[in-house]
Amino acid sequence: MGLLNLAIESIFIQNILLSLFLGMCSYLAQSKKMESAKGLGLAVIMVLTIATPLNWLIRHYLLSPGALQWTRIPALSTLDLSFLTFICFIAVIASLVQIVEMVVDRFFPVLYNSLGIFLPLITVNCAILGASLFMVERQYTLTESVVYGASSGVGWALAIMALAAIRKKIRYSNIPAGLRGLGMAFIITGLMAIGFLCFSGITLGN
Amino acid sequence: MAKLRKIVSDPLADNNPVTWQVLGVCSALAVTTKVSTAVVMSLALTAVLCCSNVVISMLRKMIPNKIRMIVELCVIATLVILADQILRAYVYETSKQLSVFVGLIITNCIVMGRAEAYALQNPPFKSLLDGLGNGLGYSIVLIAVASLRELLGSGTWFGLTILSESWYTGNTLMLLPPGAFVIIGLLIWGQRTFVSKTLREED
Repeated sequence: MGLLNLAIESIFIQNILLSLFLGMCSYLAQSKKMESAKGLGLAVIMVLTIATPLNWLIRHYLLSPGALQWTRIPALSTLDLSFLTFICFIAVIASLVQIVEMVVDRFFPVLYNSLGIFLPLITVNCAILGASLFMVERQYTLTESVVYGASSGVGWALAIMALAAIRKKIRYSNIPAGLRGLGMAFIITGLMAIGFLCFSGITLGN
Repeated sequence: MAKLRKIVSDPLADNNPVTWQVLGVCSALAVTTKVSTAVVMSLALTAVLCCSNVVISMLRKMIPNKIRMIVELCVIATLVILADQILRAYVYETSKQLSVFVGLIITNCIVMGRAEAYALQNPPFKSLLDGLGNGLGYSIVLIAVASLRELLGSGTWFGLTILSESWYTGNTLMLLPPGAFVIIGLLIWGQRTFVSKTLREED
């Protein structure tokens, strides 16, 4: 039940985009067409689900204070490398995205055709790094970090697909000239965030 | 001299799209509920941006073109770690409030964008000025959003009471995420209508 609540919280209540503002750049740039919104959403879900637990392992077995005890080397066992967190996480994310791209290209050519061009964009998507850093700050366990990563991705995909659908609907609306495009996208996002506010307070079980 | 001043002032005027600064601000919107945190965040980003521009500009002849992104990312990440450690050492309370958002400077599009677009082609001093100008542009947008949110949301500015509680009831929606989105939307609207008419993007 705890995990289900965590999933609901990170999809709806603490949506990584609508309440934490992460991943805005690609959200605004790629939401003009439903097809690309869907592709990017899927790619983000995939990378977040792998990257968050991977970073958990890195953090837990290499970086946190005393994490190197498993090496049984006395000089290493008291080492605190947590100041290297940022650089390790971004390196892990960058290389992971490359590997995922190659694997998808080799084994799932159909998927690659729809996701391929979006994967490199994801390295600099702050939602990925943000989720990993929140995972550290909130001290999740390994299972929790898998659930948190996947459901943050689902939340992000939900938000971008909703925006793409709305932008398609308002294509012929009479919007004031200065507000067209980016400005309107922000205001719609604001309204979506108000909508998502009504999920707050939902918990399942006890 | 006038040319050098132009490097700093360009990103603040209509020559450089403020929309660009606005997009860079997004990842830090969560810290704009109070002006004080927004100011610390702006200082951190400006410092990182200036230093990364200088370092990358000094290395520009040595960086092989193919791996330049990775090199830029490493330089920026190292500087962000330094900024984070300094904030933790000297303003611990504020750094707690900034939580993960200092770390997210790494993926900020302004920092990466200036390294790629300016520092790789220009000498260190000019890159420093460019970093300063873009950092200031970012700070103006971030602090403007934070000022509006704090003023309308809790009636204070920088912790000082401006709108007294006796007649003003804080609009809590401003402190919640939707307030930030709507303010940014209106900022873009105002900027496109009054400052630069050339930047209209058709949807």
